[in-house]
Amino acid sequence: MANQEILQRVNRILCEEFELEPEELHAGATLYTDLGLDSLDAVDMIVALEKEFGMKLTTEQEMKEIRTLGDLHQLILNLQAQNTTQASR
Amino acid sequence: MELQRVVITGRGAVSPFGQGVNTLLTAVGANRSGVVLMPDWRNIRGLESHLAAPVPAMDVKSMLPRAARRTMGPMALYATLACQEAIAEAGISPEMLDSGQVGVAIGSTTGSPEVYEQFYRDYLPTRSIEELRSGIFFKIMGHSCAANVCLALGIKGEQWAPTSACASSSQAIGLGYLLIKNGRQTAVLCGGADEVHDTVTMIFDVVKAASHKTELPLATPSPFDRDRDGVVCGAGSGILVLESLKSARQRGAHIFAEITGFGHVTDSNHIANPGEAAITQAMRNALHEAGLNAADIDYLNAHATGTQLGDIAEARGIAAVVGNQVPVSSLKGHIGHTLGAAGSLETIILLDMLARQEIIPTRNLKNPDPECLVAKLITEPTRKPLEAVLKNNFALGGVNTSLALKRTIN
Repeated sequence: MANQEILQRVNRILCEEFELEPEELHAGATLYTDLGLDSLDAVDMIVALEKEFGMKLTTEQEMKEIRTLGDLHQLILNLQAQNTTQASR
Repeated sequence: MELQRVVITGRGAVSPFGQGVNTLLTAVGANRSGVVLMPDWRNIRGLESHLAAPVPAMDVKSMLPRAARRTMGPMALYATLACQEAIAEAGISPEMLDSGQVGVAIGSTTGSPEVYEQFYRDYLPTRSIEELRSGIFFKIMGHSCAANVCLALGIKGEQWAPTSACASSSQAIGLGYLLIKNGRQTAVLCGGADEVHDTVTMIFDVVKAASHKTELPLATPSPFDRDRDGVVCGAGSGILVLESLKSARQRGAHIFAEITGFGHVTDSNHIANPGEAAITQAMRNALHEAGLNAADIDYLNAHATGTQLGDIAEARGIAAVVGNQVPVSSLKGHIGHTLGAAGSLETIILLDMLARQEIIPTRNLKNPDPECLVAKLITEPTRKPLEAVLKNNFALGGVNTSLALKRTIN
């Protein structure tokens, strides 16, 4: 799957879940301040992304280090790459 | 400590007719019914009551921000919208809401039954919490309406959530009255909310108290009627701003009525059957607290839901307290039994009767039951001076309330 397609899927989930507009979703946008999410939203975001991509996202500690949409995109891309690598072994 | 007098300065409603007090009053004034057929309920084995008075669909996305809505089931949405309307009408400022002097007392039968269903439908087949959303508890907890209203509207005073099924909002009004009377709060948003759901109607059907007139949605429920056959459950939220007379006068607020008494009596004889003695005592207590005699009462708005036992017990109780010359009617024929919202939604309609000096008759009352005729049942719109009135509301579990209201402020 192309990286761009993965990022589009992440953004679509965020728009659907949190009623955000696509133009708000730039890589530097902070999840809590710029996009207005909070700890409850973070729980729902993980649930929605795990369902979308069919994989466990990460540990709580790793999620705490996610500050911006760009951080989230990178995490998803890394996990997708790991899954692809494992699957091809 | 000087006891405060308590008045009503704001009203808000979401009802089977839609959003807003005017929507409700216009529909009831036109003698409309909010009862409709629920076609899907025909597929529920054993359920014979297929009628309800639900709230029509609303575009809530445009009404409240997502952050507020994410923890609200339908009933908390109704309550919040009704509170917004009541606050606006009363002219309560954001600073006053923030002061800690304004509280809430908003009840419901349970948390959102729609969300309960959704939760167990998802959870039970999987026994997994991996897809559980964070907002679900806040939609099904018993104080979902009160908590969500406070959060959405920035209210920092006392938060109470009386949960007594059909008397939830009348208890809430009584509680707000006591909080203000005793000086704990300057104003309290009082009322209740509930939803239409098959699991709610089936409770009444199980105890043989739900209407089965599926083919006649506009003719049922029919309180006090010879051919009545039970309750039709409704939905919505009614909210009243209760405020100390002192504060209302200082703010120059419009006053709809004064609450002068609240009778609240438990019937410990039976969990479900209505008891005439407790009903009678609730009205007597309200009169006593208001310093009124039976002869002072100009009208009584009954709880009367259209059940066989309940309507007779109430009519007899009314006759025992105020005799057979005080006009009596019930509003369940218009809006169904809105359960936790019944006391407050019906009080909003009662306030309109006080303002217009005209009694709204019981819809669907065609042939009064001789056993109910011990009370003076009203079947036509009736103009007469209305100054002091009583408002009854009762609930399964032995809860009996009666509210005394006075139109003019001395």
